[in-house]
Amino acid sequence: MEDAEPMVHGAVDDIQRARRIAHGIRKRALELTIKQDGCYLSQALSSAEIFAALYTCVLNIGPSLAPMKPGPFSGVPAPGKHDLGADYNGPRTEDYDRLLLSAAHYAVAVYAALVEVGRMDPEALFEFNQDGSSVEMIGAEHSPGMELTTGSFGQALSQAAGIAWARKLRGEKGCVWVFMSDGEFEEGQTYEAIQAMCFYGLDNMGVYVDVNGQQVDGLTKDVMNIEPLDARIAAFGASVIRVNGHDISALVDAAAVAHPGQPHFILADTNTAEGIPLLEHRKPHLHFVRFKDEAEKAEFVKFRETM
Amino acid sequence: MNTVTNVHMRNLVEFAVDKPEVVVFSGDLTGSTEIKEFKAAYPDRFFSMGMAEQNMMSLAGGMAREGYLPHVHTFAVFMYRRALDQIEMSIAYPNLKVRMFGFLPGITTPGGASHQAINDIGVLRSVPNMTILETGDATDVESVLDIAHQIDGPVYVRMLRKEVSRLFAADDRTLFRKVRRIASGTDLTLVSSGICTEEAMYATAVLRQRGFSVDHYHATTLKPFDDEAVVESAARTRFGVVSMENHTVFGGLGTAVAELLAERGVGAGLTRIGLQDTYSHGASQRYLMKEHGLDSISLVGHIERLTGERFGISEDELSSARLSEFATEGQLEAL
Repeated sequence: MEDAEPMVHGAVDDIQRARRIAHGIRKRALELTIKQDGCYLSQALSSAEIFAALYTCVLNIGPSLAPMKPGPFSGVPAPGKHDLGADYNGPRTEDYDRLLLSAAHYAVAVYAALVEVGRMDPEALFEFNQDGSSVEMIGAEHSPGMELTTGSFGQALSQAAGIAWARKLRGEKGCVWVFMSDGEFEEGQTYEAIQAMCFYGLDNMGVYVDVNGQQVDGLTKDVMNIEPLDARIAAFGASVIRVNGHDISALVDAAAVAHPGQPHFILADTNTAEGIPLLEHRKPHLHFVRFKDEAEKAEFVKFRETM
Repeated sequence: MNTVTNVHMRNLVEFAVDKPEVVVFSGDLTGSTEIKEFKAAYPDRFFSMGMAEQNMMSLAGGMAREGYLPHVHTFAVFMYRRALDQIEMSIAYPNLKVRMFGFLPGITTPGGASHQAINDIGVLRSVPNMTILETGDATDVESVLDIAHQIDGPVYVRMLRKEVSRLFAADDRTLFRKVRRIASGTDLTLVSSGICTEEAMYATAVLRQRGFSVDHYHATTLKPFDDEAVVESAARTRFGVVSMENHTVFGGLGTAVAELLAERGVGAGLTRIGLQDTYSHGASQRYLMKEHGLDSISLVGHIERLTGERFGISEDELSSARLSEFATEGQLEAL
């Protein structure tokens, strides 16, 4: 910890609350997976503590501006019309932080987190991937909690840099937080973005990376190695800290590290089966979890009752 | 023909003087895309993004979300080819006010296939929310910033640089969504864009002396393309319609004309002059215009085939119709 005034504060009560929220994210994602017979479950399992930490201790955001029950998809952006799911994260005014989801496949984790922190109705989660709903499977900027359309990987970091830069030009106090997945570090644009963020000293940016080591085809180290990720990012001139991604205190403390003149990256090493050991044997093929048969489904139903 | 140099360079500085939200992005081509004077005039609003176009396009989208007006400059190929997904997802989908200035259209560069934007209009016309403008003379270049400024969404401008012909009076500004009638006639409808308009003007002037009158329109707005003047002309001229563009015949002006006429139920035949489904190579503009049939004598040949008439027009005669030669040396500038 630095002596500088921390960006965040993790009081004991908050840490306890964040742990309950992380557990709730897992439970809700599993419930959804069972109910809809498939979901991006492992993403919620690996990132639960990160979103819990963000929404309880890290983000400085105001009350939600959005209805508890999200409306249906209201159409694509057009002149005079631009609905943003970011309204769930409160006003986008100068003192507040912003949360930008880069890996849009993690939308379920964001939705579950919004429910857990009382910003979205629990029933709304079951609109996930239903026709006409804005609670989309791979969310976009109209989906609850989202501000960018980022299903094509590697673009959010650049867009976030544009937002952070604009905020810096205007002298705004709020920070821009980005959530990324480690697979995005295979995309060239990610490095173009880090290069620019460091060159222009965008120190109002913080990036959590879910380093779960898995991607669609298998283990990241086998599909296309990205390690040593911390050394790579540090070599560009960014501030980097690597923590256990399921340790809320560590995630929160990492956000408090001072990083004047540099963007800050928090690499969170995570487990895609965290909290649901039944999934361990299916690694590394956990990109989208669907049960093989009724017997397997029954096992998970039984497990959920113990959560 | 008068030519004017560095029109965009000066115009951009004037345009931005009372618009603090206008910022300029450079992809390591500050001199080559005429933003050097902007950089000197407003250093705080000039952002060097290096050779990293994907990041440049997405970052411009992020800044536009915050109310700034990014004017992104690079060679067209490095935008629409290299960073198309970024243009679509970071700019076009959210309908953001990013202005993209694509330089080196078609065969205007000796830089070869890697530098020649031959299908940018076609690719970007298919992108929802995108407005597309193409410049064909100095007045177009002076008009497009103001036109783009009125549009609530992304705009792509196919830009000319360095020495640019002045075909239209400076005070006769180009209008959005309006084709510009250059000559009126009853025999043939001709719609041209970009550098092809000047070539076409030489041919139509000589044809008129032979008693063949061409109803000639210059198109600057390529999307949306819906000016009824083209429909009305096509419905009444004797030999149908010719389109002429410095672009492949797929997706650009010729396609836009075909779509418009078909939708309005006009049964006129259409000859599309342009790159015939081919890439080009590195050579001078003049040489490549001849090779690909984009020059005035090629247009005469097309019209002779359409009408079955022989006009007996020589290249020399067309050359004398030129008020000025191509500034060959000026346009063969280094990249």
